[in-house]
Amino acid sequence: MDRIPILKLRDLLLVSIQVDMHDRLALQLQDELTARISETGARGVLIDISALDIVDSFIGRMIANIAAMARVLDAETVVVGMRPAVAITLVELGLTLPGVRTALNVDRGMALLEAKTSSMPEPTTDLNDADASHAD
Amino acid sequence: MSSVSDVAIPHILKTYQAELLDEWMREQMASFRSGSKIKEAELRGQSTEFLSLLQQATQSGNVTDIHAPTFGRVRDLLGDLSRSRGIQGFSPLETAAFIFSLKRPLFARIRREMAGDADGLAVVTWSATELLDKLGLFTTEIYQKSREQVIARQQEELLELSTPVVKLWDGILALPMIGTLDSARTQVVMESLLQRIVETEAEVAIIDITGVPTVDTLTAQHLLKTVTAARLMGADCIISGIRPQIAQTIVHLGVDLTDVTTKATLADAFRKALEMTGQGPKLRARS
Repeated sequence: MDRIPILKLRDLLLVSIQVDMHDRLALQLQDELTARISETGARGVLIDISALDIVDSFIGRMIANIAAMARVLDAETVVVGMRPAVAITLVELGLTLPGVRTALNVDRGMALLEAKTSSMPEPTTDLNDADASHAD
Repeated sequence: MSSVSDVAIPHILKTYQAELLDEWMREQMASFRSGSKIKEAELRGQSTEFLSLLQQATQSGNVTDIHAPTFGRVRDLLGDLSRSRGIQGFSPLETAAFIFSLKRPLFARIRREMAGDADGLAVVTWSATELLDKLGLFTTEIYQKSREQVIARQQEELLELSTPVVKLWDGILALPMIGTLDSARTQVVMESLLQRIVETEAEVAIIDITGVPTVDTLTAQHLLKTVTAARLMGADCIISGIRPQIAQTIVHLGVDLTDVTTKATLADAFRKALEMTGQGPKLRARS
C-alpha cells in the first residue's frame, strides 16, 4: 500500500504527494501529519501537490482540513505547486481554501515559511543577505 | 407513386436541354445586379452540369425525393455551389436564385408539352414545383451552414486574439481584458493566465478591465474565480482599470471585492505590483 512520506527538514515538515491521492490515503496522511507535528514541534509544514493532477471535492476538502489542523497545532502551512487544472477545478467546486497559504513552487514556499517562522534566525538572515547582495 | 410527371419531367429536361439552358441563363443573369461577382462563363458551366445531372437523376423515375441516392451528384454539385457562394459573400437571395430562376423556363416547357391535358399539366407542374422547392431549400440550408461555419471560426479566432497575457516585468503578468466577459471567454482567460503563471513563475498578475464595457454579477463572479484560482497557484492578483460607473455598479450589486486588491489604473497597479515583488526601490534607483 502507498504511503506519503513526511520529511523533517530542520524545523519544517515537508510532504510531497507523488502518488494518486485516494480517500484512504488522504485520511492516513491527516493522521500521520498531525502526529508528526505534535511529535517534532514543527513550526512549518510545506505540502507539495505538483504531481497531483486529479482532485475531487473530498481531496480538496482534505487539503483544506490538513492545512487548518496544522495551523491549530501552531505550524504555518503552505500548499505549493498546484497545477492550473487543479486550481480551476477547486474554484469551480467552490473550494477556495480560505486561510491556506499558497506558493508557486517548493522554492517560493520555503522562502515564505522561512520569512514567517521567526524562530529561525540563521536562515532569515541568510535570506536577507542574499536579497541584499542580489539587489546590488 | 408512378405518375405522368415521372416520365414527363425527365423527358422535358432531355428534349429541351439547350433551350432551357439559354432561357435559364438569361433569367439568372437578370437576377444578379450589375457588377455582380459571378462570371457568365462560370455560371454557364455550372448550369449546364446541373441540368444534365438533374436529367440523369430524374431518369430513374423518382422525381421528388431529392434525398434518394440517385440525386447524390446533384446534391454534391449544389452543396459545392452554395458553399462557395456563401464564402464569396453572395446574399442568400442570389444563392437561392440559382434554383428558383429555373422555374419559369421549365414551367413554360411543361405547359407546351402538356397542352390539351389539364389534369396532366396540374400533376406535372406540382411535381416540378415540389422538386425545385426542395432543391432550393437544400441550397439555402447548405449556404446557411457554410456561413455559420465562418462565424464559428471567427468567434474562435476572436477568443484567441482577445486574451493575451503580457509579461510586464520579472514576475509580473498583465492581462488586458477587452470585450464582454462570458463563461467561455473567462474559461480561456483563466487557463491561459494560469499557464503563463507556471511558465514565467510570476508572483503578481494584473487583470486590467479597462476594455470591459459592463460588469454584472456574472462577470464579477468570473473575475473572482480567476483571482481565486491564481491565488491557489500562489500568485497575487490586482484588478485595475475599474471605471467610476463600474465601481458604482459593483457596489450596488453587492459584489464583495474586499479580498482583492483593486487599483484605478494599470499604472497604479503596476507600481503596487513592483512593491509587492520587492522591485520598487530598484526601479526608482535605476531611473
